[in-house]
Amino acid sequence: MANMSLKKNPMPSQEPDVRNKNFEEVALGYTEEQALDEAQRCLHCKNKPCMQGCPVMVHIPDFIAEVAKGDFEAAYQIISATSALPAVCGRVCPQESQCEKYCVRGVKGEPVGIGRLERFVADWHNAHCTEAAVKPASNGHKVAVVGSGPAGLTCAGDLARKGYEVTVFEALHLAGGVLVYGIPEFRLPKSIVQKEVDGLKAMGVKVETDMVIGRVLSIDELMEEYGFEAVFIGSGAGLPMFMHIPGENLCGVYSANEFLTRINLMKAYQPGSNTPIQHGRKVAVVGGGNVAMDAARCAKRLGADVHIVYRRGKDELPARREEVEHAEEEGIIFDLLTNPTEIMGDDKGDVCGMKCIRMELGEPDASGRRRPVEIAGSEFELDVDCVIMALGTSPNPLIKSTTKGLEINKKGGIIVNEDGLTSREGVYAGGDAVTGAATVILAMGAGKTAAKAIDEQLSK
Amino acid sequence: MYRIVRREALRPTVTLLEVEAPLIAKKARPGQFIILRVDEDGERIPLTIYNADAAKGTITIIFQIVGATTEKLNHKAEGEYLQDFVGPLGKATETEGRKKVCVVGGGVGCAIAYPVAKAFHECGTEVHTVVGFKNKDLVILEEDFRAVSDVMKLMTDDGTYGEKGLVTDALKQLIEAGNTYDEVFAIGPMMMMKFVSLTTKPYGLKTIVSMSPIMIDGTGMCGGCRISVGGETKFACVDGPDFDGHQVDWDLAVKRGAMYKEFERHAYEEACNLFKQEVK
Repeated sequence: MANMSLKKNPMPSQEPDVRNKNFEEVALGYTEEQALDEAQRCLHCKNKPCMQGCPVMVHIPDFIAEVAKGDFEAAYQIISATSALPAVCGRVCPQESQCEKYCVRGVKGEPVGIGRLERFVADWHNAHCTEAAVKPASNGHKVAVVGSGPAGLTCAGDLARKGYEVTVFEALHLAGGVLVYGIPEFRLPKSIVQKEVDGLKAMGVKVETDMVIGRVLSIDELMEEYGFEAVFIGSGAGLPMFMHIPGENLCGVYSANEFLTRINLMKAYQPGSNTPIQHGRKVAVVGGGNVAMDAARCAKRLGADVHIVYRRGKDELPARREEVEHAEEEGIIFDLLTNPTEIMGDDKGDVCGMKCIRMELGEPDASGRRRPVEIAGSEFELDVDCVIMALGTSPNPLIKSTTKGLEINKKGGIIVNEDGLTSREGVYAGGDAVTGAATVILAMGAGKTAAKAIDEQLSK
Repeated sequence: MYRIVRREALRPTVTLLEVEAPLIAKKARPGQFIILRVDEDGERIPLTIYNADAAKGTITIIFQIVGATTEKLNHKAEGEYLQDFVGPLGKATETEGRKKVCVVGGGVGCAIAYPVAKAFHECGTEVHTVVGFKNKDLVILEEDFRAVSDVMKLMTDDGTYGEKGLVTDALKQLIEAGNTYDEVFAIGPMMMMKFVSLTTKPYGLKTIVSMSPIMIDGTGMCGGCRISVGGETKFACVDGPDFDGHQVDWDLAVKRGAMYKEFERHAYEEACNLFKQEVK
């Protein structure tokens, strides 16, 4: 008999006032009992509406059925048949707008905690299963993957499972892309990402770090000189945007990418770190997405009073709902319907304040969202000594500028067809490099689609 | 991991390292740089390429000990390994099509000025060089410069070697003596590049400087290295490092360069303590 509780089993977490002073994981994960209990809430709908919300089509009711039986390893096998990074997705997917959005239990009450169960299953597997991954027999075909973020890792994993010899080229010194430089430790422990990467290596995937494709080797060289029959570009959208307001280059103004890279990749929050970071007294984070929440919560953990400055209202915040709630609990102040107009500096060139203006929501714009409009005469000053710009990112132009015949759109995204094929034969692309900044799971979906298309092309 | 095949102390605080990096060696052009990490916990620092030997598969860098990371780097012996070595990064210096140029190098910046001067020389350009050092003990690459220079001036601040004075004094003399240049290329401390640009401006001499702001990734993903050029924000790691010296906002660049001074000082003291040395 199903568990008919209207509420999800709550996730045990660190107390807000404790966790906002450390970088350890906030959500602690279900116990076996909680997972079993939550799994009983699934009604095993025949038409599986939840699956349409999952970009990699995890067989959700099937894995939950195994959890309910207590066979967690069987549940893991079902998930990993379609998802390369379950421990990651269970943590960072915006389930409320994906799988859980379509859950029938959500019509009356809360949906089944699909993400929490996925996370539980993956963590259980990682803690209990010591069996080395089996390296599939080689089919003799070589594929290069540019970028080791979620799109590249998924594409590499899917191809390696089919026997392809895959080499992943990563520009930074660690593989994982946004999973290692962007998403903080307290949301996604780096040991989990490392485990997923190690898993791929065990399947025979080669990971070459320190390789900036476009500089050290071009896509053409990979294909012509190194014998890669196909290339997947998953180079992401790493180019930060700025507002182009006065004072944006003062000391103490960071792009969120820089701030988060220093913290997450370079571990600048640790006392013995060789990489410095400014510990602001009062920090403004401009933007309302997940990156803004991550940056704000990191700044809080470095000891600052933190404001999120966002030009629209609370309902328009693009961040995952849970992240907004977590940020609020941790004491982040939300200055909504507010837009910066200038950053002020002292004679040393350090930030000493930010001029802002209040906004109101006007008519919907082309994207359907109500456009924020300035309220005349509402200017005010915010007392800050550090500003983090989290306005979004666009695709890095390096690959397009060094690959002949690769078509891109006006926003710098690589143009692909429904299979992920670019304008160049044998060259595929997916993830943020195509769409501009989006989500981890969409990038994984794109990596998966491209892997399938590459396999079809090369096994002809 | 990247093996150090040669280590040479050029001066007490200036060291040359030749590092095995065949792919980078094949691609590197004068003016480009690498980013390295000394060890697993290390920070990423940018260093300009002094020489790329495609046949040997090596990249040579010359650095001055200025802080914790360069101190640690200086303690790496021949045969030891560097954790990370990434490149070639940035745009190469444009050296073709010039008839006559003046290359100005200051201090360890001479290690970067040299490959540029050499590239100009190999294009058949008439090359004048002005190299400046604090004192005799810090002079490097003198013979290298002589070999590629049609006219060379070696300056020391205190007059202990070469001529006494600043590079700007020598540059001014050359210009006043009637030399016209298609381009002046300057590389050295930020203040020196600023004053070279100020020196050439009244003469309307095109001046290219190689900027060295703080960098993290060096691939254009963070904007830590941004500078203002002609009123526009540029990322030095991808748009540069070479820029028009008359367009650079020098005050801003100097301030941004000093952003972590306190942290750096502290880290340097700790590194020196580790090696039981005096902080210089």
